Amino acid sequence: MSVESEVLWLDEQREVSLRELLEMSGLREAELLELVHSGAIPANDQPGAGYRFSARVITVARTACRLRDDFELDTRGVAVALRLLERVRALEEEIGRLRAELPR
Amino acid sequence: MKYADYYAALGVERGASAEEIKKAYRRLAQKYHPDVSREPGAEAKFKEVAEAYQTLKDPEKRAAYDALGSRPQGEEFRPPPDWARQHGGTGAGPGQFSFDDGDFADLFSRFGARTGALAGEDFEVPVEISIEDAFRGTTLSLSLSMPEYGVSGQLRRVPHTVKARIAPGAVDGQRLRLPGKGGKGIQGGRDGDLYLDITLKPHRLYRATGHDLYLDLPLAPWEAALGATVEVPTLSGPVSLKVPAGTSAARKLRLAGRGLPKPRGGAGDLIAVAQIVVPADMGERERELYRQLAETSEFNPRRHFAAEGT
Repeated sequence: MSVESEVLWLDEQREVSLRELLEMSGLREAELLELVHSGAIPANDQPGAGYRFSARVITVARTACRLRDDFELDTRGVAVALRLLERVRALEEEIGRLRAELPR
Repeated sequence: MKYADYYAALGVERGASAEEIKKAYRRLAQKYHPDVSREPGAEAKFKEVAEAYQTLKDPEKRAAYDALGSRPQGEEFRPPPDWARQHGGTGAGPGQFSFDDGDFADLFSRFGARTGALAGEDFEVPVEISIEDAFRGTTLSLSLSMPEYGVSGQLRRVPHTVKARIAPGAVDGQRLRLPGKGGKGIQGGRDGDLYLDITLKPHRLYRATGHDLYLDLPLAPWEAALGATVEVPTLSGPVSLKVPAGTSAARKLRLAGRGLPKPRGGAGDLIAVAQIVVPADMGERERELYRQLAETSEFNPRRHFAAEGT
């Protein structure tokens, strides 16, 4: 008999720490920090509290890990791929919105 | 278990060099990787390609694979009795594999595996829910087959049912995490997580974008011209909508807060897009009234064309 599982929403309202993001993504710390410094992964740098990340970023960081492993990319290659994927995502969202506005 | 032809999956000859195997994998990964491909069936195809590459890129695993011989793809198959002992990889020995419950790929998964605690595998599962379920919330019952090591170390596939309550407010592209509901950890390693990637099924009436919903609102020409109060279906039941006089096609009429709820309060809007619909069949009396209107009205919807000198 299965019981209902805890479900966490990965959205802007929830934050995770650097440690948590490393554990969930499979990235190494140096890789994650390079992706943050390059702007490919957005972070809040709070004085005294270190980096905090929107839970939405978990998916991005996991994608980064997959791209690294599956395409054997270095971190700079992953950063470029993440930026392009984010542009594709934003464009697809815009297309979805415009399609929703169009009558059938 | 069913035999998988890894050379065919990568499109290379059995005698292919390591470089040829790597090139074939890279070409196919760029085509089918689920993060970059929109081809139908890309994810399943990539899984097949990645599984083949994981084995063929490793000389030890490739030798063990080759020792199984060449068979037709998908043929029912059991490894020879001494295969696991001869090629079982680190820590493998007789009884290490349960051939009945495992996948073909499981035969190679323990090669070079670290001993000691190992975190369970994370799983990502796409889930489609209806707009009504996103509005009201729903409980999903997910049937998953996950690899698990038994007490004596055999790898086997174990069916799991995971129940997950999705609170109202999910939108297209919403990601959810179920901690510890992925693959089981080994020797004290933490259990993996389960990630759900939500998409909304197309709806007969509504088109969702974020928390807003769009709805085509067909209006008779006289309703659009004179204004009307019409009944509009919403997810919480029908409501009255006042259509202002002089409403043209494509005008957007917003019903605030009648879209999808937001997880932490509030809701998107329902946006009714006016469409002017004329009857396909008209009686003679209706036709006559339209003719009278055409003769009486000075309205020219194409007046702005004149400015172009036509």
